[in-house]
Amino acid sequence: MKLRNLMATAGVLALVGTGAAMAQTLVYCSEGSPEGFDPALYTAGTTFDASSHPVYNRLMEFETGTTNVVPGLAESVEVSEDGLEYTFKLREGVKFHANDSFTPTRDFNADDVIFTFERQWKADNPYNQVSGGTWEYFNGMSMPDLIKSIEKVDDTTVKFVLNRPEAPFIANMAMDFASIQSKEYADAMLEAGTPEMLNQKPVGTGPFTFVAYQKDAVIRYAKNPDYWKEGLPKVDNLVFAITPDASVRYQKLKAGECHVMPYPNPADVQAMKDDPEINVLQQEGLNVGYLAYNSQMPPFDNPKVRKALNMAIDKQAIIDVVFQGSGQIAKNPIPPTMWSYNEAVEDDAYDPEAAKAMLAEEGVTDLSMKVWAMPVQRPYNPNARRMAELIQADFAEIGVGVEIVSYEWGEYLERSSAVDRDGAVLLGWTGDNGDPDNFLAVLLGCDGVGGSNRAQWCHQPFEDVIQKAKVTADVAERTALYEEAQVIFKDQAPWATIAHSVVFMPVRPEVEGYKVHPLGGHIFTEVGLAE
Amino acid sequence: MIRYLLARLLTFLPTFLGVTLISFAFIRVLPGDPIIVMAGERGMTEERYAELYRQFGFDQPLVVQFWTYLTGVLQGDLGTSYVTKRPVWDEFFALFPATLELSLCAIIFAIAVGLPAGVIAAVNRGKFFDRALMSTALVGYSMPIFWWALLLIIIFSGNLGWTPVSGRIDLLYYFPQVTGFMLIDSALSGQNGAFASAVRHLILPTIVLGTIPLAVIARQTRSAMLEVLSEDYIRTARAKGLSPLRVNGLHALRNAMIPVITVIGLSVGTLLAGAILTETIFSWPGIGKWMVDSIFRRDYPVVQGGLLLIASMVMIVNLTVDILYGFINPKIRARK
Repeated sequence: MKLRNLMATAGVLALVGTGAAMAQTLVYCSEGSPEGFDPALYTAGTTFDASSHPVYNRLMEFETGTTNVVPGLAESVEVSEDGLEYTFKLREGVKFHANDSFTPTRDFNADDVIFTFERQWKADNPYNQVSGGTWEYFNGMSMPDLIKSIEKVDDTTVKFVLNRPEAPFIANMAMDFASIQSKEYADAMLEAGTPEMLNQKPVGTGPFTFVAYQKDAVIRYAKNPDYWKEGLPKVDNLVFAITPDASVRYQKLKAGECHVMPYPNPADVQAMKDDPEINVLQQEGLNVGYLAYNSQMPPFDNPKVRKALNMAIDKQAIIDVVFQGSGQIAKNPIPPTMWSYNEAVEDDAYDPEAAKAMLAEEGVTDLSMKVWAMPVQRPYNPNARRMAELIQADFAEIGVGVEIVSYEWGEYLERSSAVDRDGAVLLGWTGDNGDPDNFLAVLLGCDGVGGSNRAQWCHQPFEDVIQKAKVTADVAERTALYEEAQVIFKDQAPWATIAHSVVFMPVRPEVEGYKVHPLGGHIFTEVGLAE
Repeated sequence: MIRYLLARLLTFLPTFLGVTLISFAFIRVLPGDPIIVMAGERGMTEERYAELYRQFGFDQPLVVQFWTYLTGVLQGDLGTSYVTKRPVWDEFFALFPATLELSLCAIIFAIAVGLPAGVIAAVNRGKFFDRALMSTALVGYSMPIFWWALLLIIIFSGNLGWTPVSGRIDLLYYFPQVTGFMLIDSALSGQNGAFASAVRHLILPTIVLGTIPLAVIARQTRSAMLEVLSEDYIRTARAKGLSPLRVNGLHALRNAMIPVITVIGLSVGTLLAGAILTETIFSWPGIGKWMVDSIFRRDYPVVQGGLLLIASMVMIVNLTVDILYGFINPKIRARK
């Protein structure tokens, strides 16, 4: 079915039904099925695309196309002097969706906010165990340790009291797990004995209402006529045609069976760019791929040895071969689309001769080491085995022998976290909330040693700076601190920063207003279709 | 015949129990911990890990876990997916009709083309048609499904625009699922053009999935026919002056059918294996892709439940084939 036929027929139906102008249907060829529709239960971007973005809103929102945090269901937020109290003033007149088993009788209010968080937080909440709730993101972002209390000041005011000051808290409130649920709907479903409906037939305040989902095939949404943002969404219907194979998505886009597709094969991107029927949008991804040395094991406990190895890696060759152009060289541990990215930092120049001399100076000869290659593909590392082979060849040039090792993914994650791990690990990270703390503290902070800090690197001057930034509310001051942290990082070289991916989004020419979102989501609220 | 049926049914039970055990053990033998896979690059604290470990029941001895699983299975409870948090049973039955519909179409296509092709090749043994057909069958058998599917999509959907690229029906049509079989549901929907659209969406996946069974059936029919055609009673039939159609179609084919039916029965396993790739490429919402995704995510309940259900289906098909033998060849049911 060609889109124009689909639109024409849908238009006829709309004309018959309402006498209105032609209904517009936007078709998105998504890459996979959502795990469910309650975003707080899951961690996958594919699930968020289908749930939190179209159906829900949060107190704060990421401005589409940026990592800026702007007011969402909260009109404003006030932070107390000591940084411990966040008071959100809620937007009035916001309506929840209705479905065949629920019609809201009241507007969004403070009870919904409290319910949204308490079900993830308090074991005695009736929804805490519903749908096997493990609340991975809520726990992963340390919310149970952070939140002291959530208080309803009045119907339109909610106060969060924290146990310690934490500047990224505002950004956390814009994350998918913080999508606001309707307490009224939850209560109704509990009473009906079907609490799992929150995860199967979602009700939110977002731009689109959920219509139907056929597993692994199609998800249908309709425009929310009562959406609180004037004039949005722009299309009348949104359809996700689930298409797991990238080559098939490309064929569907070409055949006009969908308007937008994510994750093209890097090898197809040039042909897409040459095709007048396809526009290819692109932006750097909010991620980083790195090689983490074990900074607690000799000789990698010596920063100069790490630095020397970094100088031996030909990153441009990696970008060309492994990323096939869909990546850019990383010099900092945070991506360039993130605020506080330090442009002034200079990357270690690729210089095998100097690297060799530096190793000799440090008395390191006949070094042999392991390089760990991930068994899975990620945007920040589409082919870790190939990357490891290139690094092996680079290190051989300076007389360092490399044995490449790999494990099943779960094993890999577990073993690479061990403090006494042998060798350097290829891994990466995709940002959750656009806050530098989400990279620098999680991946390089002292708390992460033995866990997400694969370099096992706990360097006090760096730690002091990022901890100070974490409790500082002023953005300019935080920016300066994070810039300083990046300088310390570069000097100490716990990782070789390898690459940030470049995200390509092929869209049909009639698609208007699509913005590639740096946080990885695919958002259609502001997308229209040319007549 | 009833004793024969009962004897066949009795062998079903131990096989079912064995499959339950194997499906339970299979996913646990694979390295990888579902909790760590779930946490991903982020990782989790030891306390959190311990909490989830308990929540999933991994702190129980394996024997206890198996017993819990087995008693659940016998009561019709296959557990809940770790990932989607939905009952495995619900997920299976939401997806299985799609796989069954595609597999049925593929096997019908394979029989409808493969059987006559094998007969014609046998009758024309050594001639051009025989050689051409058998070479084509060999190519069909050796073709990688992934490549074959993409080739057909690029030619027939991309370049010629004759068939849709993927999916089960045009997105335009939206009606409630009654049976889960798109051909039936689209016909029931009463929407103009829905049935035709469902048929058009089935063409390429049917050809792709049916190619290997087609090749096997054609080759098996040919060799079985050749053997039967050299029998004395065929010579007698010919000598009596019966028409070639009657000799080949009635006397020879009926006796050549036993090995062919065996092959068709065994093709069910091949179809399910092929369905994994075919479903992925054609975005066909069936159980093949569901199982593979679950293995990667170490979603234990889905893998063990799915394996058990698929194995049960294969066992039922084989049982049906055994029963069919009895009907076709009275010697077999008498022997039992």
